[in-house]
Amino acid sequence: MLIRRPDDIPTREITDESLYVTRRSWLTMAGVAAVGLLPASLAACGGERASATPGAAAGTATGGGGDEITPYDKATTYNNFYEFGTGKGDPSRNAHTLQPRPWTVMVDGDVRKPGRHDLTALLAGIGTVDRTYRHRCVEGWSMVIPWNGIPLADLIRKVEPGTKAKYVEFTTLYDTKQMPQQRSRTIDWPYVEGLRMDEAMNPLVLLATGMYGKTMPNQNGAPVRLVVPWKYGFKGGKSIVRIRFVEEQPLNTWQQLIPGEYGFYANVNPAVDHPRWSQARERRIGDFLKIPTLPFNGYGAQVASLYAGMDLRKNY
Amino acid sequence: MTAAQWVGRVVRPLVIVLGVVPLLVLVRRFVADDFGANPAEEIEHFTGMTALLMLLASLAVTPLRRLTRINALVKLRKPIGLWAFGYATLHLGCYLVFDQSLLWGEIIYDILERPYITVGFSAWLILSALAATSSAWAIRRLGKRWAPLHRMVYVAATLGILHFLWLVKLDATTPVTLGFVLVALFIYRLPGRAAAAPGRSGGAP
Repeated sequence: MLIRRPDDIPTREITDESLYVTRRSWLTMAGVAAVGLLPASLAACGGERASATPGAAAGTATGGGGDEITPYDKATTYNNFYEFGTGKGDPSRNAHTLQPRPWTVMVDGDVRKPGRHDLTALLAGIGTVDRTYRHRCVEGWSMVIPWNGIPLADLIRKVEPGTKAKYVEFTTLYDTKQMPQQRSRTIDWPYVEGLRMDEAMNPLVLLATGMYGKTMPNQNGAPVRLVVPWKYGFKGGKSIVRIRFVEEQPLNTWQQLIPGEYGFYANVNPAVDHPRWSQARERRIGDFLKIPTLPFNGYGAQVASLYAGMDLRKNY
Repeated sequence: MTAAQWVGRVVRPLVIVLGVVPLLVLVRRFVADDFGANPAEEIEHFTGMTALLMLLASLAVTPLRRLTRINALVKLRKPIGLWAFGYATLHLGCYLVFDQSLLWGEIIYDILERPYITVGFSAWLILSALAATSSAWAIRRLGKRWAPLHRMVYVAATLGILHFLWLVKLDATTPVTLGFVLVALFIYRLPGRAAAAPGRSGGAP
């Protein structure tokens, strides 16, 4: 029941929830097999969690061995979506006021095909993918979520950005009728996020329209949200209404709020602590104890080269 | 029954027993899986909040005593304070186990290097010193030094609220509110107002 191109996706291609369970056990087996192939030294130092996401480019589900998929009810009741309240349980209680259909997305900036598009039309013709990614929040908790959506790179190619497009800016809906909490000025709404163009073109980045084989729940960012698995969760703007191609680095909301604590890049990095708390470990939702956090959330093989030569302590 | 007898025979035993209620609530919610998707974090918040509220409640005893002119209410300070210390200890224990898996190297680093942990741990150290000197024997033993030592409870409460404030990501409404309550209780307790109190003035909060 993905919302884009409803006639375009054969029902057989929509993953049934029960299949995810099967897939999870398959992934675990694959993970175990992969560990068996690793050099003993690498496996011993935790290489088994550093998923190489071999199927990412092919569009299959990916995930490291030992990464159990977070139960759906936890992923949909423990959310940071301040447009619906600052408590973790607030979005699932309050987000029913959001009306994700129909949905219009403005594409503008330095782009050859700008305009206000119906979301379904905007995504039409782009093949969908299922991807299971680790999701690491800057607060020190994490989940493993099976997303459904399209690679952002495919949309970018479709709208043809110009030569001045060095960054992509994503803007969340600002509508106090649909998001009543926006009347409180905790944040200078709307929520803005951004990526450098080469980051945005990385095949791992998704514009997700669903999760667990279902339409994206309102509290998780319906109808379309950004998923950037090697960055802290706040980089993934939700309920996106505008995609703008710009020359200057966008001022993302958390950087604007507390620039000493949140930067533009926000790559998951156990070696660079938040000024007030450690980022070395994380609590997987469902667990009591914490586990080590991996550099780039375990996606270093795919993305570390984007930051070659950059001081990631300064560019936090 | 006089007011003093009423406090000694009814209110004080009631307060001692009621202090266990948050712990029972915690156990019940834990067994019922009612702490949401991140129970470790919820339990940490629950125990920390309970400790702070009880600490503020113990600081409210003296103002209440002055308002009601029932001096016997002072007997409630110790049980409430000890319960506050108990929940603070539970809160610390949750951090040591859930957050740090008892990795002592990391715990010591955290205490020394992370201000919100430093102030939280300092608050607990103060509370443990106060709890250790709360017996009648310690009060006799310490003599005149006991009251100034126990005024450190205001420092502990301040550090506790600072600890809360410094871990909040954005919405500081709750710790700021608690801070205002603490300031109000402290102002009420200032020496200049002691004259308003009937009977023995001064002493520990």
